[in-house]
Amino acid sequence: MDHLTIAPIVIPLLAGTLMLLIGERRRPLKAAFGMTSALLQLASALLLLLLADGAIGGTDEAAVRVYRLGDWPSLFGIVLVLDRLSALILVLTAVLGLAALTFSLAHWQRAGAHFHPLFQFQLMGLNGAFLTGDLFNLFVFFEVMLAASYGLALHGSGIARVRAGLHYVAINLVASLLFLIGVSMIYGLAGTLNMADLAGRIAGLRTEDRALVEVGAAILGIAFLIKAGMWPLGFWLPTTYAAAGTASAAIISILSKVGIYAVLRLWLLMFGESAGDSAGFGGAWLMIGGLLTIAFGSLAVLATQNMARLAGASVLVSSGTLLAAIGTGQVAVTGGALFYLTSSVLAIAAFFLVIELIERGREVGADVLAVTREAFGDDEDADEEEEMGLAIPGTMAVLGMGFISCALLLAGLPPLSGFLAKFAMLAPLLGSGDGVSATTWALLAALILSGLATVIAMTRTGIDVFWASPAAQVPRVQVSEVVPIVLLLALCLALTIQAGPVMRYMEATAQSLHAPRDYVRSVVPAPRAPERAEKGRP
Amino acid sequence: MELILALGIGVLTGSGVWLLLRPRTFQVIIGLSLLSYAVNLFIFSTGGLRTGAAPVLEKGMAGDLALHADPVPQALVLTAIVIGFATTALFLVLLLAARGLTGTDHVDGKEQER
Repeated sequence: MDHLTIAPIVIPLLAGTLMLLIGERRRPLKAAFGMTSALLQLASALLLLLLADGAIGGTDEAAVRVYRLGDWPSLFGIVLVLDRLSALILVLTAVLGLAALTFSLAHWQRAGAHFHPLFQFQLMGLNGAFLTGDLFNLFVFFEVMLAASYGLALHGSGIARVRAGLHYVAINLVASLLFLIGVSMIYGLAGTLNMADLAGRIAGLRTEDRALVEVGAAILGIAFLIKAGMWPLGFWLPTTYAAAGTASAAIISILSKVGIYAVLRLWLLMFGESAGDSAGFGGAWLMIGGLLTIAFGSLAVLATQNMARLAGASVLVSSGTLLAAIGTGQVAVTGGALFYLTSSVLAIAAFFLVIELIERGREVGADVLAVTREAFGDDEDADEEEEMGLAIPGTMAVLGMGFISCALLLAGLPPLSGFLAKFAMLAPLLGSGDGVSATTWALLAALILSGLATVIAMTRTGIDVFWASPAAQVPRVQVSEVVPIVLLLALCLALTIQAGPVMRYMEATAQSLHAPRDYVRSVVPAPRAPERAEKGRP
Repeated sequence: MELILALGIGVLTGSGVWLLLRPRTFQVIIGLSLLSYAVNLFIFSTGGLRTGAAPVLEKGMAGDLALHADPVPQALVLTAIVIGFATTALFLVLLLAARGLTGTDHVDGKEQER
C-alpha cells in the first residue's frame, strides 16, 4: 500500500517503455496498452485521493503521505509527497489523459509516429511533477513533461505546427534555464532542495541572504509563470495550443495548470505565514499579473476568429483568474480557486475536443490531417473506418449541446460548475467584512467582465457555426470521440450536483496549503537537522 | 578566480541573450547553448569556489562542508548538462524541419517585409 504513491509515475513509465519495443505497425496493441495504463492510473489516483482525504486507512497521519525513493532518510534522498492538492490534480490528470487517449483512438493516433509512448511519458512527467517534494526533481519532471509535450505539440507535423512548435520549444528552453538559475540560487543560500525543509529555513535566513533567496524565488516564479501563460509571458500559448493536434491540445492544456500548481505549492510553502519577514512576498505581483492576464485573455477571446485560438485564449483567462485568486492569499478564496481549477480544466479539455469535431464538418484543418495520414501510409484506413464508423445520429445536436455546456462552464454562468466556482471565489472576497479593497473590486470586475467577454465570443462563434452555415456537411463522428466529451462534461455536472462534498475537500486542501505544518512535519524528520553540515556526515 | 568565473558567466549570458533575440534560427540555437553553458557554470559556482578541497570526503575525517567541496551542485550540473544537451538536440531537429517546410531560416517561418 505504501508503494501506491509512486504508482502514477511507474505505470506510464512502464507502459511507455514497453510501447517503444512494439513496432509502429501494431497500433491496436499499443492502444490497448495505453488504455490499460490510463485506466490503472485513474484507479490509483482515485485511491490516492481517498487516502489523502483520510477516507480510507483513516488515521490523522493519512493526510500527508511521504514516499522515500530508495528508502534514503528524508533529507538525504528525494521524497515524493502526496497531500490533498497532489491527489486532486493527479485525478484530474488521469481523467484528462483517459479522455484524450480515448478521443485519439479514432484518428489522432494515426497522424504520426510514436503517439502512444509520447502520451504515456507526458502523463508520467505530469504525475511526477505533482508528486515530487524536491525542487530539483521537480525540474527533472518538468523536463520529462516538456520533452513529451514538444513531441505531442508537433504530432501530425505541418507548417503551422512546426512554426508554433519552434517558438514553444525556444521559450520553454529559456524557461528551463531560468528554473535552473532560481533553483541553484535557492540551494546556494538556503542549503537545501527539499521543499518542506526549505519552508522551515526561510525564516531563519540572514537579511542579506533573504533578499537573494527572494530574487531566486522570483526567477523560479518566472519560469512557472511562463508555463501558466501569465501576461506578458503567455503570448506563445494560444498559438501553440491552437496549432497542436486536438488530442494533444487536450492533454497539453493541463500543462498551464502545472505552472499554477507549482506557484501555489511553492509560494505558500516558502512565503506563507511562517516565513518571517518574507511572508507574502510576491503576492501583489501574482494579483496584478493575474488581473492583466484576465484582461489580455478577455481581449483575445473577443478578438479571435478561429475556434482553436478561442480555446487557447480561454486557457489564458482561466490562468489569470487562478493567479489573481491565489494572489489574494486568503484561505477561502484559494478553496474557490481550486474548485475553479478543476472545473475549468475539464471544460477546456472538453472544448478542445468539441472544436475538433465541429471543425471537421467545416473542413478546416481536416486536410492537414489527411495529408499527414497519407504521408504515414495508412491505406487500410478507409475500410477500417467503415467498420468502426458507427456514425451517431443527430451529431450536430450532440455537438451543439457540448458547445453550449462548454460555453456555460467557461463563462461561469449558472447552472453548471463554472458558476459555482466563480461564486466560491467571489463570496469570500466580499464577505470578509468591512474594508473591501480596490484590488478586490478589480478582481471582481475582471471575473465578471471576462465571463461577459466569453459569453459574447462563444455566442458569436456558436451562431456562426451552428445556425449561419447550413451548407457545411454534418461531420462524421464516431462514438469513441463523443464518449470522452460526454464524460468530461458529465464530470462537470457531477461537480455541480456534488458541490458540497467537493467544496469541503477544496477547503480542507486550501487550509493545509496555507498552514503547511503537517506537510513540513511529515517530510522533515522530528529532530530537525539543525545545520547543513549534518548532511555531509557519513 | 571569482572574478574570472563571474566574468565568464556574464560574457556567456550576455552573448547568449543577444543571440537569442536575433531573427535566424541558427543564432537562436547558439544563443541557447551559450546560455546553458552560463547557467551550468552558475550552478557549479553556487557550491562555493574552492581549490584543493577533497571532492566529497577525506579519509578518516568527519564530513563537514567546510572541509570538502559541496557535491550537490555537481550532481545538479551533470543532470542539467544532460537535459540541456537533449533538448538542444531536439531543437536542432525542429530547426531543420522548419527550414525544410518553410524554406527560410527566419524564426517566424517567413521573411520580414521591408
